[in-house]
Amino acid sequence: MFAFNHSDYQAILLSLKVATFATLLSLPFGFAVAYIMTYKKIRGRIALDVVVNLPLTLPPVVVGYLLLLLLGQNSFFSQWVLQPLGIKLIFTWKAAVLATAVVGFPLMVRSIRTGMEAIDEKLIQASRILGAGPLDTLATIILPLSLRSILAGSILMFARGLGEFGATIIVAGNIPGITQTIPLAIYEYVSSPRGDMIAMSLCFVSITISVVVLVFHEWLSRRVSRRD
Amino acid sequence: MKLQFTVQKQLDKFSLDMDFMVEGNRIGIFGPSGCGKTTLVGLIAGLQCPDQGRILLNGKCLFHSKEKVNIPAQHRRISMVFQHPHLFPHLSVRGNLLYGYKRCAPNQRQITLNNLVDVLQIGHLLDRGVNNLSGGEKQRVAIGRAVLANPQLLIMDEPLSALDEGLKFQIIPFLKKSCETFAIPYLFISHSLTEMRIMTEQVMNTVNGRITGILTAEELARNLMGKSPAPYLNLLRLKSSHRIVGMNAYRFGSSELLISDPGNTQEESLYELSSTDIILFKRHPEAISARNLLQCRVSEMFSAGGRIGIELTCGSEKLVAIIVQEAVRDLDIKIGAEVFAAIKATAFRKLS
Repeated sequence: MFAFNHSDYQAILLSLKVATFATLLSLPFGFAVAYIMTYKKIRGRIALDVVVNLPLTLPPVVVGYLLLLLLGQNSFFSQWVLQPLGIKLIFTWKAAVLATAVVGFPLMVRSIRTGMEAIDEKLIQASRILGAGPLDTLATIILPLSLRSILAGSILMFARGLGEFGATIIVAGNIPGITQTIPLAIYEYVSSPRGDMIAMSLCFVSITISVVVLVFHEWLSRRVSRRD
Repeated sequence: MKLQFTVQKQLDKFSLDMDFMVEGNRIGIFGPSGCGKTTLVGLIAGLQCPDQGRILLNGKCLFHSKEKVNIPAQHRRISMVFQHPHLFPHLSVRGNLLYGYKRCAPNQRQITLNNLVDVLQIGHLLDRGVNNLSGGEKQRVAIGRAVLANPQLLIMDEPLSALDEGLKFQIIPFLKKSCETFAIPYLFISHSLTEMRIMTEQVMNTVNGRITGILTAEELARNLMGKSPAPYLNLLRLKSSHRIVGMNAYRFGSSELLISDPGNTQEESLYELSSTDIILFKRHPEAISARNLLQCRVSEMFSAGGRIGIELTCGSEKLVAIIVQEAVRDLDIKIGAEVFAAIKATAFRKLS
């Protein structure tokens, strides 16, 4: 049944690679944004909230197109920052990582935020009273107590990253062996004659990975709730 | 410890406006819930910021709105025990205890883990997680954590009110002993008069965001006598001497008190005796079922909301009885008069 050729295997591996890198890339930013939104009374909190959550509701194609405008050859950012540094993003797997990171970012922030909001305010007060400054409290209280929600958010984002299509196809294209991930490969097979069988097989792989990841996520969140 | 506090703070519908100076090591803050006690200690500890005013501790400025001084909470060296233990769930008992200690400058670490563990009797818990401890154990660890930070002031914000009655009086000796052993001045916040009388020397009475007076716990108890329906309670710290069929005999001034108690306790115990459970006689009653008959002298009389509080001196000890005005007239009770006080052996309630 699985009559995969070389580029199909590459698509599977690339999907995993892109989702992993996108998750790792988002992790520090996701944590920082969740921390700011939970603990800092800053001006423009609502604006930040909207901007962070926007990719969740926007069509991924829109996100992809905006990224293309930002990173494309003729953009200001590209001409002044990327090109002098010799960085080329568009139509590489790195662009796929970036697109996946932006689209999945709100999921990660939401999950970490939920975890942080569940931390008892008094624990943070207690640590301050006992002589810990804000950074110390962050490292020794908030980080360890939100570890599970960070892990849960990462898994969720990873799962979302595996399925990223709209934004990826615009900024990274659909180049077999280079930027073609599972969803893009399926898209190509479906639109070509006699590609149904292989498309089905890829779907099956996709479903299997997703199920494994989601079961792990569920198991983890159960452990979190039992602990409380 | 000397605390100068002049602060205004507006919260939603509540305003705190206090101006006081207290000096002492065992200071209480008394008042009903919602009167601003917790806000007050939050301001002292640096968890909240006053709108304006100044706070000085031992002459050192912690906050001054005009001079823009606001020392952050982590540098104030003011520790706190909260109503609930709030232990760090991801750390062991040892990790919790040492959290503040590690953050205290080495030259200020006078209290060490070893000294503290003995006082609080938590040595056997050190390597355990904090989630499976009993309520009393948790609160003891919380006290230890606060004390081990080697604070210049310890704030206890209703540290006993979440514990049940029995446990409360088990924790009090630990609280007292830690503060006495390590000579830590403290602010004790509570709405319980009994706790105030056990824990403090001076009490600041708080009503609706204002301090209405600084007085001793004993004065406060007598003041409240007229206002509250609950009678004044005598607190007696007694040491058992011997046992008589179903009762313990305790030394009390120049005489002896018999208290009904199934167990035989040798150590010092704390008993509560309601002022309404004392019956006064002008002459010695021949035969009486009450097991305790004390010959005392009236040393003070004060009015308590329609009734009269009578302070009785019995050797070196004092008791307060409360009787109605008519009884005062009939018995012709005056300061200096000799009376007999009868108390049943079952009238005493053991606290610890």
